[in-house]
Amino acid sequence: MTEPILSLRQVNKSFGPAHVLKDVDFNAYPGEVMALVGDNGAGKSTLTKCIGGIHPIDSGSYEFDGRPVRVHEPRDASALGIEIVYQDLALCDNLDIVQNMFLGREERSGMVLDRASMEERALQTLAGLSVRTVTSVRQRVASLSGGQRQTVAIARAVLWNSKVVILDEPTAALGVAQTKQVLDLVRRLADAGLAVILISHNMNDVLSVADRISALYLGRMAAEVRRADIDHTRIVELITTGRSGDLGLAPEQTGETGDPDATPAAGGSDPAGEADAIRPGDAIGPVVEPAGPAETPTATDTDDEVPA
Amino acid sequence: MTSVTPEAPQLDGPAEKPAVGGPRRSPADELKGHLQAYTARVRGGDMGSLPAALGLVVLCAVFGTLRPAFLTAGNFANLFTQGAVITTIAMGLIFVLLLGEIDLSAGFASGVAGAVLAVTLTKHGWPLPVALAATIVTGVVIGLVLGTLVARVGIPSFVVTLGGFLAFQGVVLIIIGQGGNIPITNETVLAIQNNNLSPALGWVLFALVAAGYAATRVLVARSRRRKGLDTEPLVVSAVKVAGVVAITAAAVAVLNEERSRNVMVVSLKGVPIVVPVIVVLLALGTFVLGYTRYGLHIYAVGGNAEAARRAGIKVARIRTSVFVICSTMAAVAGIFAASRANSVDPNAGGSNTLLYAVGAAVIGGTSLFGGRGRIVDAVVGGAVVAVIDNGMGLLGYSSGVKFVVTGLVLVVAAGVDALSRRRAAASGA
Repeated sequence: MTEPILSLRQVNKSFGPAHVLKDVDFNAYPGEVMALVGDNGAGKSTLTKCIGGIHPIDSGSYEFDGRPVRVHEPRDASALGIEIVYQDLALCDNLDIVQNMFLGREERSGMVLDRASMEERALQTLAGLSVRTVTSVRQRVASLSGGQRQTVAIARAVLWNSKVVILDEPTAALGVAQTKQVLDLVRRLADAGLAVILISHNMNDVLSVADRISALYLGRMAAEVRRADIDHTRIVELITTGRSGDLGLAPEQTGETGDPDATPAAGGSDPAGEADAIRPGDAIGPVVEPAGPAETPTATDTDDEVPA
Repeated sequence: MTSVTPEAPQLDGPAEKPAVGGPRRSPADELKGHLQAYTARVRGGDMGSLPAALGLVVLCAVFGTLRPAFLTAGNFANLFTQGAVITTIAMGLIFVLLLGEIDLSAGFASGVAGAVLAVTLTKHGWPLPVALAATIVTGVVIGLVLGTLVARVGIPSFVVTLGGFLAFQGVVLIIIGQGGNIPITNETVLAIQNNNLSPALGWVLFALVAAGYAATRVLVARSRRRKGLDTEPLVVSAVKVAGVVAITAAAVAVLNEERSRNVMVVSLKGVPIVVPVIVVLLALGTFVLGYTRYGLHIYAVGGNAEAARRAGIKVARIRTSVFVICSTMAAVAGIFAASRANSVDPNAGGSNTLLYAVGAAVIGGTSLFGGRGRIVDAVVGGAVVAVIDNGMGLLGYSSGVKFVVTGLVLVVAAGVDALSRRRAAASGA
């Protein structure tokens, strides 16, 4: 069985009174696409930002390549080889593809930018991803289509020998053909041995490209399942109710019971024992909360964009 | 971003070869492809200095026809000395405009610097290097203050520099005194705008510049070819180099003609000293913007500050630095202005100086919205402004008419900028 390259255990994150992530376990595996799904406010963005070091986690463990690591700022994540491709892409329209791919990490010989070397490496990276939709790397990004921009943003993320690439809604603004382009690229990233985390609301995208699916429900990890073991209906159930048949959260965790005081659990003190029972590939039963008081999520739908 | 452009034909099947890079094409195909790419860029709204260069040709033809005196060697030399100040300020302004900011105080910043030069040289009798250093430091300090207020405090540059516009005007007035006028007597300072290189020296410098320009292009192309990257077709490079060299040679030849009305009294020929100084500033600015990491980061911040921040670029530092560059260039322009006027008066850097400089940058093709522009725009745009000012003066129009026309040209240039930006957005989405 593949060991996860990235593994979060019992992670908690609060913004003031809003307890956004509750004892979340999350894994990403090399060579696989892990889809992260969940409704608005389920905590997808917060989880990604915790992985990327934009929000440090409050408690829980963060392991990379089997070693516990501390990720407190974006630089820590990049140093580990974790790259995030944001939904709004963060490209400079007035610069060309090479300049965008190397932005902030330009190669120089002496004082002068080493344009030729950068262009060569950009071409190699694009060729390595079998990108054929970009005719010239000297094109300005302003002249590219949405799919091509996404390609550039993804290529930039993999240029640095990254090991984990997180894609936030990469197909949200794209048409059918371009969505296919980008999903093909996502597949190739995984085939090249990277761990890809794909955040998407589009179940067709998820089902067509993911190897595993993690579903968040109101800040809790409802389930991590193999793609082969689930279908469209059951994912939607997991997303909307937190459970589906023998999968998902126990009824008392989905907010159906009425314990109003939602105290943050001291996740750090929790031995990883029970949580580790969630093994990739296993059909996951109701997550049994180890000891401690059963908590209820806050009734209000905490938004992902809680101020830092 | 929301448009759905089907690109289906390129989608399916495994890649046999990457489209990027591609096989070597024949020279003719390469040339055709290059020209097509260029036309597409121009049509897409990225016209650079093209409209300004065409406008310059038209203006020269019109003024030359209406008033043959316009095309004399003497007037040609005048154009350079008249345009030097606004061109230099415009070069600095381009750094600020690339971030989408504005510096309205650059004109009076040059006035303050000129006043510092005049006071230290003439009143206090400081040695020239010290006085020049004080002048430049004045520019740096002004830029640091403006830049800090914009980048760290977060006041819009329009407001900060509008305040500077008024305050620096007051500073010049205080330094020089109401109705005062401090003469410049230092020979070296006066020489910048009033003396010429000997014709022989002019040709030597021309040869150096031409060789340097050609060598740079050859070196860049060679290193690219060695890595198997797309290069500009040889013909295009050759035509560009030959064109620049030919125009420069013609200019040097004309400037080396005798311009004096009475050769017996005084001989007047050669390239004005300010011209090679401007060429050095042009080369320096082009190098910084086009070939250094700092220059690239200026474009990045101007294009998408958030993206630049996420890429680890220190945005505030970049923002502060461009104001320092702008005010420093303004200080250099202040030296040129003092040299040309042989004195500094309380209105130094005032009147139309700033608007002409902004006009020069925008007419030359620098965008007011940030992210697009090159240093050479200041030279091309500055030439247009100088030609309008000079030609209309020769035709006997009053200052009033000149202001109106220059103002209109500025608005037209800004309109072209706005429209081409819309066009770029439409073709790029």
